[in-house]
Amino acid sequence: MDQFIREKIKQVKKGDQSAFGEVVTFYQDKIYQHCLRMLGNAHEAEDLAQEAFIRAYVNIHSFDDRRKFSTWLYRIATNLTIDRIRKRKPDYYLDAEIKGTDGLDMYSQLANGAKLPGEEVESLELERYIHHEISQLPPKYRSIIMLRYLEEFSLQEISEILDIPLGTVKTRIHRGREALRKRLRHV
Amino acid sequence: MNCNKETIELMHNYLDGDLTSQEECDLRTHLEDCEDCQHYFHELKRAITLIKSAEQFAAPEDFTQKVIQNLPNEKKRVKFMRWFKVHPVLTAAAIFFVLMMTGMLSSWNTDSELVVSKQEELVVEGDTVIVPEGVTVPGDVLVKNGNLMIKGTIDGNVTLVNGKLIDDRPIDSQGLMASAGEVTGELETVDRMFEWMWYQLKDFFKGVFSF
Repeated sequence: MDQFIREKIKQVKKGDQSAFGEVVTFYQDKIYQHCLRMLGNAHEAEDLAQEAFIRAYVNIHSFDDRRKFSTWLYRIATNLTIDRIRKRKPDYYLDAEIKGTDGLDMYSQLANGAKLPGEEVESLELERYIHHEISQLPPKYRSIIMLRYLEEFSLQEISEILDIPLGTVKTRIHRGREALRKRLRHV
Repeated sequence: MNCNKETIELMHNYLDGDLTSQEECDLRTHLEDCEDCQHYFHELKRAITLIKSAEQFAAPEDFTQKVIQNLPNEKKRVKFMRWFKVHPVLTAAAIFFVLMMTGMLSSWNTDSELVVSKQEELVVEGDTVIVPEGVTVPGDVLVKNGNLMIKGTIDGNVTLVNGKLIDDRPIDSQGLMASAGEVTGELETVDRMFEWMWYQLKDFFKGVFSF
């Protein structure tokens, strides 16, 4: 598999788009899922996952063949999601008036009669509940927990993906595990 | 939780695979004695197992296609190369055809001057080759870009390329070939590009099979 990807990347570096298509097909689920878990919104996740692949293609010449492609790709995707989360806060004030509408605010966009978030969680099956619990972690723990336990990178690789020292990765993964232990002990 | 932070730190290091065998031994001994820590350790491990069972999501179906559509244009050269890779037979045929056509054209165009096979008995007058009366020409005769007039005898095949067979006896206009009965072999006239090609090919294969 590594050999397959390496071969494809060589072709992509020569400018072959169809080889890149195969690379995208290979990683699309992982990257999309990663973005979705980071952002919690399918539309935004697709948007950013697309953006991540396009950036990978455009910057393919800065990728060092001797390193792992997946690490590099996750780094691009993670940086994009972290940027988005940072920028997001001012974007979504529920009571801000929507442009082009007459006095409508974001509250009016919420479905009526929807269950309260708490109730909804109770009705979700376990898998979804876990997904929800992960998404409740602060982003800096969430990204590490996901990379370690869902995408199975080593701590060293995570330190490369997030561009933070190994020691920081360890501290954060400890805290992330603590937080999840508390959240999941009653399941 | 009465146990100190140190033990919990050990647990996390254990989960990261960072324990020395001595530390691992310490942790194990402690866990055997302390039920609280056992419970705590179990919760941690269980949390990890649970995380791994989180809901899986697949990317939308047209994901790859959308990415490709939004990529900057690729170089034309690569497109050609890929086309060649996908259609190797057509590529081979195309290359063969191009080579053959150039070879053919060059051999067709370069020699527009008169070419006659080398028999001493043949007489050349302007662009007409004459087999004089009462003379027997041994072997095959080839005349290219010129006419041939046969008065004598040719002991072999005759090939006329881009030229005509002339008979100076006008009465016998229909029986040109017949009057050239003095040709003991086949008489062949080639005056078109494709016939020339065909002649070349035939010649080539004859050459091949004669081995």
